[in-house]
Amino acid sequence: MATAREIRRRIRSVESTAKITKAMELVAASKMRRAQQRALAGRPYAERLTWVLADLAEAMGLAEADTVHPLLRRREVERASIVLITPNRGLCGGLPTNVSRRASALTLELGVPSSLVAIGRKGRDFFRRTDMKIQAEFTELGDYPEYLDILPISHIVIDDYTAGRVDQVFLVYAYFVNTMNQEPRVHQLLPVEPPSDEATRAVDYIYEPGREAVLDELLPRYVEMQIYEAILEANASEQSARMVAMHNATDAAEEMIEDLTLARNKARQEQVTSELLDIVGGVESMTA
Amino acid sequence: MTLSVHVVTAEREVYTEDGVDEVIAPGIAGELTVLPHHAPLLTLIKPGIMRIVKGSEETDVAITGGFLEVKDDRVTILADGAERAEEIDDVRAEEARRRAERTLEERGDTEDLVVAAASLQRALLRLRASERRRRRSPRGPSGPPGV
Repeated sequence: MATAREIRRRIRSVESTAKITKAMELVAASKMRRAQQRALAGRPYAERLTWVLADLAEAMGLAEADTVHPLLRRREVERASIVLITPNRGLCGGLPTNVSRRASALTLELGVPSSLVAIGRKGRDFFRRTDMKIQAEFTELGDYPEYLDILPISHIVIDDYTAGRVDQVFLVYAYFVNTMNQEPRVHQLLPVEPPSDEATRAVDYIYEPGREAVLDELLPRYVEMQIYEAILEANASEQSARMVAMHNATDAAEEMIEDLTLARNKARQEQVTSELLDIVGGVESMTA
Repeated sequence: MTLSVHVVTAEREVYTEDGVDEVIAPGIAGELTVLPHHAPLLTLIKPGIMRIVKGSEETDVAITGGFLEVKDDRVTILADGAERAEEIDDVRAEEARRRAERTLEERGDTEDLVVAAASLQRALLRLRASERRRRRSPRGPSGPPGV
C-alpha cells in the first residue's frame, strides 16, 4: 500500500493532467465550430459548380464520349495515386489510424502500384514504414487552410494525371458524420466522374467563348474544389474526434482522482490508527 | 422583373441579393451587361470589376476570374476570388501592391515572378474598386457612376 504522501502526489499529477485535457477539449470544440462554419461557407460554391458541370456534361454528352477531355478520359489503370488527408497531430483517438488503414486497404483492392500524396503528418508517418512511394507531402497547411493553399496539391495531382504518371487518383479522408462519428471515405478524384443531375433541365446555354474552353476551365476547378472540400471536412472531423477523445480523457482522470482520494483517506486513517497504537503502547509500557 | 444574383467563391458567399436590375461583368469576350430575361449563358470572366445595380444602389465587386452563369433570371458568379468594394482595406491593398512591385523589380526566379505579377494585378484591381466607391459616395449612391 502506497503511503498517504505518495498518493497525494499522484492525485496532484492526475489533477493537472485533467486540467490540460479539459482545456484541449474546449479548444477542440471551438476549432470544430469554426471548421464546420468554413465547410458550410464553401457549400454554395461547390453546389453551383457541380450544377454547372452537370449541365455541361448533359449538353455535351460527356458521360458516354470518353475522348472529350484529358481529365475525363478513362484509361486502363496501371498506376494509381492516393491523396490521403490526415491530421498533423495526434490525441484525437483512432481517427488517423482508421483513415490510413482505409487507404492501405484501398491499395490492396486496386492491385496496382500506387503512390501517395500525403496531406498531414499522421498519414505520411503511417506509410513511411511501408514501401509505398510518397510523391509529395503537405504538412504545413494549418487548421484553417485557404483555397489558395491547396492549389499546389491539385497542381501535382492534375500534372501527374495528364502526364500519364498515374491513371487514377483517389481522395481518402475522414468524413464528418456527426460529432461522435467520423468515417473514412474514398472518393475518386480523377478521371473526373461528371456529376449527373437528377432534375435534368437541358438548358440551351450560350457558351462564351465555347463549350470546350469553358470545360477546360471548369474541370481543374472542380478537382480543386473537391480537394478543398475534403480538407475542410477532414478538419472538422479531426477537431471533433479530438474533442471527444479529450472529453473521455478528462472523465477518466476524474474517475481516477476519485479512486485515489478514497485510497488516500484510507491510508491516512491507517496511519492515524497506527500512531495512536504507538502512543497508547508507549504510555502503557511506562505505567506498567 | 428583376434578377437574383449570387457571387460565390470556394471560401464564402460574397454577395447574395434578389431584386437586382442589372449586372455588368468583365466577360472573356468583353464587358457584358445582364438584364432581366437574358438568354441562358455560361461564360468565363476575366479579372476585373463587376457592377451590380439594384435600384439606386450600386455595388462594386472585384473578382479575379471565374464563371458567370445566367439562367431564368438567376445570375451566378463562381469567382476564384471576390471582394466587395466596401470590404477592401485600402492600406492593406496598397501594401500588397508595393510588395508585389518590389518582388517584380527584384526579379526572383520565374515562378516567383508569375506569382508576383498575379498578386500585383489583384492589388491594383482592389484599389480600383475601392477608389471608385469613394469617388461615388460624396455625390450619394444615386449619382452617376464614377470613372
